[in-house]
Amino acid sequence: MNAPAYNFAYLDEQTKRMIRRAILKAIAIPGYQVPFASREMPMPYGWGTGGVQVTAAILGPDDVLKVIDQGSDDTTNAISIRKFFAKTAGVATTTATEDATVIQTRHRIPETALSENQVLVYQVPIPEPLRFLEPRETETRRMHALAEYGLMHVKLYEDIARFGHIATAYAYPVKVNARYVMDPSPTPKFDNPKMDNCPALQLFGAGREKRIYAIPPYTKVVSLDFEDHPFEPYRFNAPCALCGAENSYLDEIVTDDKGGRMFVCSDTDYCEGRQAAGHHGSLSAAPYKEKAQGGSNG
Amino acid sequence: MADQGMLEQHVLENDEPLLIAESLSKSYGRIAACRDVSFALYPGEVLAIVGESGSGKSTLLQLLSGQLAASGGHVSYRMRDGVTRDLATLGEAERRFLFRTDWGFVHQDPAHGLRMAVSAGANVGERLMAVGWNHYGRIRDTASDWLTRVEIDFARIDDAPRTYSGGMRQRLQIARNLVTEPRLVFMDEPTGGLDVSVQARLLDLLRSLVAELHLAVIIVTHDLAVARLLSHRVMVMKGGRVIETGLTDQVLDDPREPYTQLLVSSILPP
Repeated sequence: MNAPAYNFAYLDEQTKRMIRRAILKAIAIPGYQVPFASREMPMPYGWGTGGVQVTAAILGPDDVLKVIDQGSDDTTNAISIRKFFAKTAGVATTTATEDATVIQTRHRIPETALSENQVLVYQVPIPEPLRFLEPRETETRRMHALAEYGLMHVKLYEDIARFGHIATAYAYPVKVNARYVMDPSPTPKFDNPKMDNCPALQLFGAGREKRIYAIPPYTKVVSLDFEDHPFEPYRFNAPCALCGAENSYLDEIVTDDKGGRMFVCSDTDYCEGRQAAGHHGSLSAAPYKEKAQGGSNG
Repeated sequence: MADQGMLEQHVLENDEPLLIAESLSKSYGRIAACRDVSFALYPGEVLAIVGESGSGKSTLLQLLSGQLAASGGHVSYRMRDGVTRDLATLGEAERRFLFRTDWGFVHQDPAHGLRMAVSAGANVGERLMAVGWNHYGRIRDTASDWLTRVEIDFARIDDAPRTYSGGMRQRLQIARNLVTEPRLVFMDEPTGGLDVSVQARLLDLLRSLVAELHLAVIIVTHDLAVARLLSHRVMVMKGGRVIETGLTDQVLDDPREPYTQLLVSSILPP
């Protein structure tokens, strides 16, 4: 038997056209969730079927693809999707943010500033920011249509009433272009300011929920808050243990069962780039010091 | 006492009806749920709609509050800017805005009118946030104010209504509706399902709030005691028609229609 012949980037051309129409509409109405006929992909829901379809629809033969999962280029999901497109589209892939033209991401925005010739594709599990407060889809659509967003503040109010501050740490709701309230997918709220006035096009694909939405380049994106409880990005108060970065988003890595932990950049490409440039952190040169360091942090 | 100018203004405003229903009717296929209902409601007036189950009370309430489109007739409402407008000509955005600012709707089952999973404070604050309040401290202060007014302990402000008793839920629902200082409140059997002592307390509270805030209320009830305690005027419905209307005392003490006589005589004497 012959191996199955796939079209360029897996999806057939008609499907890509359908997705591109949805993308165009999404760009025309920033933050608005455009329904699209999401396809069955050769991976389970929750693994990025929405992002993969958007990437497949916009990918050209000259594009250079980067895929990150929680900031990392070398986790299962990132490697699988990168291989998927290397195989079905034959495009060049990279891990370097500045070399990529299309970056598919799950839950992070790269630390390296994006540029006008790049497209950031987000994988989105639940596109509806109002979902957990209002379960009816008919009602949430109407609320978006009429820009009735009081409910979104109810969620923030609840946070403050319970925890004393806005405890929402990821999927922090934003208002796009002073009109639609949007879920930025489960990125940490640390990344929210990067969405504002970003030179790159940002596309969001939710495969299971069959929605695509977008933030065009240089669009105003405001994180919702209260006057007396303003939005604050959250970051662990530590430098990266490997590259010493003071302003990157950190992952907490548990290193033993005695409370030892280390903080490292979640963006692996950024961290490696800094290490190659000669920066180092408390644990980069001598891993055996880990225990002592972990003890002092714990 | 208020000075003369304010009093005159007050009288002038009260002189014009707040809500006018003109030959309202609604039919579901061949079944006419509501036929040819007309009346005018004035500011500060409490109107009770009484009748047995299936008499068209709830349909009428839904027609009046714009939740249901009428098969015939009109409902007009005098907006806050003083202009009387036909509800059918309002856009959906305007109607919904009216519903969460100048109107209130108290459901029989508080679970329909409340968000059961979010705290009492947020329940009361939701309307404020919906009209653009953006200061946590002020929202919370106003919410705690209202909880006190409906006799809910401040210590319960962060508890979800699902942990509340039936009577507390109903009072919370009332606070949630009144926080934007509406001029008109619709109530659908607000005391239904509550035990007698809790009912009495709730009625007491409602009566004082209505007087204090100069609220106009349209209350649907099958409980004539509720009508007698709260309302100035009564409309008796049967088979989708209004069969008798008048001042509460007059209708309840001296009913003319045989059906009303039956209704009144079916209450046990106190």
